[in-house]
Parts: sequence; C-alpha cells; structure tokens
Amino acid sequence: MTAQTLYEKLWQSHVVHTESDGTTLLYIDRHLLHEVTSPQAFEGLRLAGRKPWRLSANLAVADHNVPTTDRKNGIADPISRLQVDTLDQNCDEFGITEFKMSDVRQGIVHVIGPEQGATLPGMTVVCGDSHTSTHGAFGALAHGIGTSEVEHVLATQCLLQKKSRTMQVLVDGGLGKGVTAKDIALAVIGKIGTAGGTGYAIEFAGAAIRSLSMEGRMTLCNMAIEAGARAGMVAVDDITIDYVKGRPFAPAGEMWEQAVANWRNLHSDEGAEFDSVVELDGAAIKPQVTWGTSPEMVVAIDDCVPDPAREIDPVKRGGMERALAYMGLQANTPMNQIGVDKVFIGSCTNSRIEDLRAAAAVAKGRRVASSIKLALVVPGSGLVKKQAEDEGLDRIFIESGFEWRDPGCSMCLAMNADRLEAGERCASTSNRNFEGRQGPGGRTHLVSPEMAAAAAIAGHFVDVREF
Amino acid sequence: MDKFTILDGLVAPLDRPNVDTDAIIPKQFLKSIKRSGFGPNLFDEWRYLDHGEPGMDNSGRPLNPDFVLNQARYQGAEILVARENFGCGSSREHAPWALLDYGFRAVIAPSFADIFFNNCFKNGILPIVLGAAEVDQLFSETFAEEGYRLTVDLEAQSVSTPNGLVFNFAVDPFRKYCLLNGLDDIGLTLQHADKIRAYEERRRQSEPWVFN
Ligand code: SF4
Repeated sequence: MTAQTLYEKLWQSHVVHTESDGTTLLYIDRHLLHEVTSPQAFEGLRLAGRKPWRLSANLAVADHNVPTTDRKNGIADPISRLQVDTLDQNCDEFGITEFKMSDVRQGIVHVIGPEQGATLPGMTVVCGDSHTSTHGAFGALAHGIGTSEVEHVLATQCLLQKKSRTMQVLVDGGLGKGVTAKDIALAVIGKIGTAGGTGYAIEFAGAAIRSLSMEGRMTLCNMAIEAGARAGMVAVDDITIDYVKGRPFAPAGEMWEQAVANWRNLHSDEGAEFDSVVELDGAAIKPQVTWGTSPEMVVAIDDCVPDPAREIDPVKRGGMERALAYMGLQANTPMNQIGVDKVFIGSCTNSRIEDLRAAAAVAKGRRVASSIKLALVVPGSGLVKKQAEDEGLDRIFIESGFEWRDPGCSMCLAMNADRLEAGERCASTSNRNFEGRQGPGGRTHLVSPEMAAAAAIAGHFVDVREF
Repeated sequence: MDKFTILDGLVAPLDRPNVDTDAIIPKQFLKSIKRSGFGPNLFDEWRYLDHGEPGMDNSGRPLNPDFVLNQARYQGAEILVARENFGCGSSREHAPWALLDYGFRAVIAPSFADIFFNNCFKNGILPIVLGAAEVDQLFSETFAEEGYRLTVDLEAQSVSTPNGLVFNFAVDPFRKYCLLNGLDDIGLTLQHADKIRAYEERRRQSEPWVFN
C-alpha cells in the first residue's frame, strides 16, 4: 500500500460517492451549529419540507450574540435576541441538542465541541463558521461551511467536496520561553501569507508541534484558516487520546479501546508525500505582534513597524500604507513602544483553560496600567469559567484589574455589546485584525494570551520573555 | 437559484487586494435571519460616511463620494473586477447574498478565498479567476472607458471585451452544470440517498462511536 497523508486517510474513509470529475459526496460525522449562520438553513429545510438526516450528528449553541455580563437579564439588543431565539426555536422544532444560554456547557462553538468530546479523532466536523479548522487538532478533517452547506449537511449528512492539495508545515526545534502556539500560527502566516494555504489542507508536524498541548494545537489549527487553508490538522498521539478520554460524548468501555486502536492510525505514513512543505525553526520563533489589518502583517515583538517605502511591489506597498493609516502607526516605530487602550483575552483561538492560566501567571501580583480603559477576560465556555474559578484564576484577574466575564465570542467580532470605539487600540488574543473587526474604526493587534496580559500591565506591548 | 448562462453587464472596478467578508458585509448585518435585503449594506463601511446598523433607512445616509460604487458611471454594474484573495475571512454567506442583492452576478479576480468562492456558486454568482495580467488589463480598460461592459459566457467559459479580446477561464464541470441549470445541490445529493445509507451501515460496523 502506498504511504498516505493524514488528510488522504481522513478523506478516503468518508467518501460516499465520487463523480467522474472528482466531485465527491463526503460523509459528515459531526455538525456544529450556532445562531448566526443557521437561521436561513432551517428556513430552507422548512420550505422544502425536509428533515435533518441524522439528528444525533448535530450539536448547537449560541455564542456570537450572547452578552458576557448580566446574563440573567437576557439579551438587550432586540435583533441579537431574535437570532438567538430563532436558534432555540429551530432546535426545539427539529429536535436538535442545544446548550442554551443558561446551560453551564454553553460557550464558543469551537471550544465546546472538543470539551464535550463531540469532536473526536478521525471524524469529519463541519460548522457554519470558518474557524471550524480548530477541530483538526484532534486528527479530524474539519472546516467551515456557508449557510447553503449548513442546509445541505442538515438534509443529507453529506457535503459535495473536491479534494484539497496537501501542505505540511514542519516546525522542528524547541520553543523558547514565552513562545506559544499563537506565535507559531502568526509566524507561519507571516511566512506564507494569508493566501499561502489557499486550496490546501495543512498538517502541522514536527517536534515543536508534538510538544504542544491540545489547547495549543487547537490554537494553531484555529488560525489555519487565516493562512487561507480550509483545514488544519495534527496527527493523533497520546496527548490527543488523554484529552478525549472520559468526555461526555466520547466512547467508553470496550468501545473506547476499539476507538483508540483505530485512532492510532491517524497520522501521515512514513514517506507520505505532500504537495508542498514549509519548514520553520521553532527555536527561532519569537513572540509575535501584528501591526496591520491582515494577520500576515506581523512582526516579532523586538522588531519595528515595517516601512512601506522598502516594499517594491506597488500593490503590497499600497496595502501597507492603507493599513498604517488605519492603524494610526508610523513606519519604523519599535513595537514595544506602541501603547494600547483595551485588552481582550478570549475567542475560540485563546480562551481555553491553559490560555487563562498563562495569562493569569503573567498578571499575578501585578496591576493593569492606569492608561488601560478596559481589560477583558472572556472564558471560552461555562465549564472553562468554572474550572478557572475553581483554580482561583478569576481572583487573580480581578485583583489585577481585569474584568471577568461570561463565555461567548465577545470582543472577537463585537456582535454583542463588547467592542472598541473608533481609534481605540487593542491587544487581542483573537484571530482577525481586519478593519472594524472589533468595532468600527477599532485597531486590533493579535498576540498570545501572555503577551496580551503583559501589555495590560505595562500599558504598551512588551516582550513577555523579559517581563 | 437563478440560471447563469450569458451575462452582458456593466463593469465596476474594486482596486484593492484582500477584500475581506467583513468589508463586503459588516458583521452587524449578520444578525438578520433572512437571506435577502443585504444589497444596500454591501461594502457599508466604505460606501457610507456614517455608521450603518440593521433596520436603518439607507436612502438618506451620507455617501462616501470617493468610493468607487458611488460614482455615477458604475451604477447598475453587474460584474465586479477585483484583486487577489477576494472574499477572504469568514464563511458568512451573507457576502455573496449582499453582492447578489446589489446586482452583481459575476466577480472577476486573480484569486479568491476558498469558502467565499464556494458560496458564490451556491447562490448563482459566478466567480471567475483570470491571470493577474488579464485582470490588470480589465482594470485599465474599465477605468479608461466609461460604460465599459463585458460579456461572460459560462457555456463557452469566456469573458469577452468590447475590443474583441476573449479571455478563457476554468470552471469545475459539476459547478458549471448546476449553475447553467439553476440546480439545487440538496436535491441532487438526495438522489444518492441509498448510497448514503449503505455508507452509514458500513461505518456503524467499523466505527460505531461516531453514531453515539
Ligand atoms: S470567537 Fe471569534 S472567531 Fe471564534 S467563532 Fe466566535 S466570532 Fe468567530
């Protein structure tokens, strides 16, 4: 048998039917739903008189619009409320399992899937949300879909797909102190660009990746979409299996043993060929900070804001100039001299327990700088929140001057009340620094949780390695 | 879904790379539970000088005179010419819905983000990839000639300029077939219902935990 990549194995085991041109009907094991991209899909089902194909494949949760304070009072914004109510009604009507806003299991869809064991190795996982790539951390084939596809998966349990090309991102070498999965992700995007992964499924491999926890692998795969790839993945190993064990939706008893035996095969075979290979030296990666309005506009913390005058490509130069104008930055400013107004620790990229622990370790015994208007910590789920409180992390944050909130997407995209005002600058652990992403006119710098916490204390970006 | 066969339409140029879905339709408009009505908010932050919110009457809002789609010569455009990595960012299908509702049926660019590209086909918009030099040429001709139109022929997979140039583009045969016939994917897939059931039966044997 020829050596196969992990992607090829996952693909092959889910093929239902292939047309002569390669268009494939791919079986979907797990379908996650949230309130923003599903209403029109349910409406479509109703109009066509169709029913969900396999109810047990679906799991729903509201996350984008939920408030992170005073939840007992419900959602103030009537339009947000309508969207969440619509999800509740649709799930009730069609019989889909949903974690409602009052449920401790509620949280960001990409945090709760793995947390519940609803995301398992070897699965195909889809959701009407681009950051579904997160779930690939489990050796799963996971990607975001649009609303028409949400309807298609609900009705048929399948998707029409074309095979992607494969890219291996190989990160060898040990990571330095203060360097995280987020910094690997940003360094990769800095290297290949936001379109570098377009058309590819990326497998992250190498010693630096193997050493990451599941939380770190999720952060990395989460950002695969920002490199243009639909899917990111990491091979299964003991770390994966230990994480999954005992979770509510995971198999147990004899079936667990059977599953583990099956999952052990979820890695690229020795000698398997990728269409493209990108190598990075893990030891050379430094803490990263974005300076512009695309995740590829990123430098190391000890670097300066780049100078468009040195860019020869005129389209790129124009993009840089526009980004600097929007971000209110001067070329050649050292990154560690840039002051911030707000700090956001949260989002499906960095809101898991390990992220909160790392940020709390930096914050412990220190005070948020007086120049900071707001420093928010938003756990990824009710269960993450509870665990953090059991560990006393909430006290550390509150005593340092951070606000401790209820779970949701929050200031990652500012669909709820948490947002930047025009011109405000934010150190954010989220994944997108697009114009207006965190509020119209808001300026986002993407960083790791450690770097965000350190910026909150210092009032400006600092090198967490020297902090 | 409307069929897409031949489109002869006015062209509008959007001369910047990496136009993301947040720019195409800002997130506050994602709160709608409908599929239509997004056209007036297409490129909202670039198009208007004030901040748009859902439910606003857009007709009285101050327009940004510098934004290309606000120029008189591009009113009624049906073909958008854009730069690389058009549609990057989120998976929101509101982006193609907004383009369609505004009146665009085709977008021409050197490259597209993957999910956006897919979503276009599902909504009767044809995304066309041409070479960077060809797109450059379309930009300069659009800027140079007022009322510049292109003819897109999906059957022939060609884009023809008024000056008689013809550019060919590639399109996936299955997607082409669906678009030419205005076919709904779900109906097509359900013709394979037996195969889906047989597949599930096999997987239930080999990986029963998936069906828990
Ligand atoms: S946290 Fe941000 S990126 Fe993640 S699902 Fe929510 S809005 Fe999307």
